[in-house]
Parts: sequence; C-alpha cells; structure tokens
Amino acid sequence: MTEFTPFASLLGGVLIGIAAVILMAANGRIAGISGIVSRLLPPADRGDLWSKIAFVVGLVAAPALYEEISGQFIAQTVSYNLPLMAVAGGLVGFGSVRGAGCTSGHGVCGLARLSWRSAVATVTFIGVAGITVYVMRHVIWGTI
Amino acid sequence: MRVLSALIAGLMFGVGLAVSGMSDPAKVLNFLDIAGTWDPSLAFVMGGAVAVAFFGFRVLRGRSKPLFAESFAWPMARDIDRPLLTGAALFGLGWGLGGFCPGPALASLTLLAHGTFVFVPAMLLGMWGARRLREGPAQGSSSVSQ
Repeated sequence: MTEFTPFASLLGGVLIGIAAVILMAANGRIAGISGIVSRLLPPADRGDLWSKIAFVVGLVAAPALYEEISGQFIAQTVSYNLPLMAVAGGLVGFGSVRGAGCTSGHGVCGLARLSWRSAVATVTFIGVAGITVYVMRHVIWGTI
Repeated sequence: MRVLSALIAGLMFGVGLAVSGMSDPAKVLNFLDIAGTWDPSLAFVMGGAVAVAFFGFRVLRGRSKPLFAESFAWPMARDIDRPLLTGAALFGLGWGLGGFCPGPALASLTLLAHGTFVFVPAMLLGMWGARRLREGPAQGSSSVSQ
C-alpha cells in the first residue's frame, strides 16, 4: 500500500509543468528526459550540449537539495530483485528512445501539445505497464 | 543564460518528482495496479503537469522565438508508425516491471537504492542501443526523439 496523495501529487505535477514551460520559453526545447539523456550518450549531440548537461545535473541534484532544504525525507521502495531491475532498465531505455519519448516527452509535453502521436504512445505504454503489473502481481504472485 | 535556465528547469522538474511522490516506484506500480492496491496519485501528477504545460505552450505558440535561442524546437513528427508503437510497448513493459521511467530513475540516484544503481546503467545502455539502431553505427545524431 502507498498513501493516496492528491494535493502533493498535484503540486508536484504543477512544478513539472512549470519546468517544461521554462525550458520551452527560455531555450525552445521540449523537456523530454529520454530525448535529452540519450543525446548526451556517445556520440553526444553537440547542439546545446551544456544546456542538456545542466538540465540533467539539476534533475539528479534536485532530490538531495529538496531533502536538505525542506527537511523532508523522500520515501522510496525500490525492488531488490536486481536482475529484474536490469531487464526493466534496459527495456525502459531502449523502448523510450525507440518510441521517441517517455512519460515526460510524450506523456506531459506531448499531451499538452494535443499531439495524437504522443497520445497513442502514452496510452500504449500505460496500457502495457498496467498489464505487466497485473501479470506480475496477480498471475505470477510475489516476484515484485 | 541557456545553461542557467536549463539547470533551473531540471531542478524544478526533479523537485516536482520528489514532491509528487513519483520518485517512489511503489507509488507508480500501485497506480498501475488497478486490480490491487490502487493509488491514483500519478493521475494527479500528470493532470497538473499537462494542464500547466498546455496553457504555457499555448502562450508560447504565439511568440516568434524563445528568450535565449533562435527558434522553438516544437516536435514535427505526426505519424503513428511501428517504432513508436513497439518502442512505447517495450517501455511500458520495463516501466511495469521496475516502476521507474527515465526521469524518476535519474532523480533517485542520490537516494542510493541498490535497484536504482542497476536500473540506470541498464537504461543508459538501452538508450544507446536504440540510438545506434536508428542512426547506424558511426553517424551523428538526428533529432527525432523527444
């Protein structure tokens, strides 16, 4: 069980939305994590290289900074099934770049642009993820 | 200024993930588990983010260029093709297994969970593989992906 947090989640979502608007307003870029990160991998895309690095540095540093300033501890339950996490990571990385976007690029920015392409991608990955969780938790019980 | 605004956007994005609870894979998996311990929080995160970005982008559509760059890089792709669907399906499979998508995984590195340290390198390897598949072995990069 995790606690349903409508207000904190809405507030966090608003912050994510503002971040996406800032990146577009200032630099003209879509705040898509898979797109930004994959272009930093070798051979790195030289265009706007330091901006991409700065965005990722901010993203990675943010939770530590948030914990430091707010005094709140960020609760997290990550699976200890390390082979499973390796497979999951590989699929997430490959799939998000193959499909040209992840939860941020398609899910947030794409839906906000009213893109059909992003809507189809978002419905697909949420649907497949839902089926996966159903199979893992209710068919193959106890592996997660 | 471009680097500074990107840093601020990244920080804000990461704080948003932390505040919303989305850096916790358990919360994401519970959102996906409608038949079990359902936690609808993720819908509120998406709702808030999409609503703000929708209005923000609408305002920006009326402008000719961004503050610190020559032009807006609005995505142009419209077609619903096979890479989009297979990619999104494989991403969904991995997301359902691990509970991490790329943003929360990266924003979890400093929280020092073992699973994150396995997930993130595997994710980067997968991204690299998908880019190579699209661009061929020794070319520069295109700008199709978001």
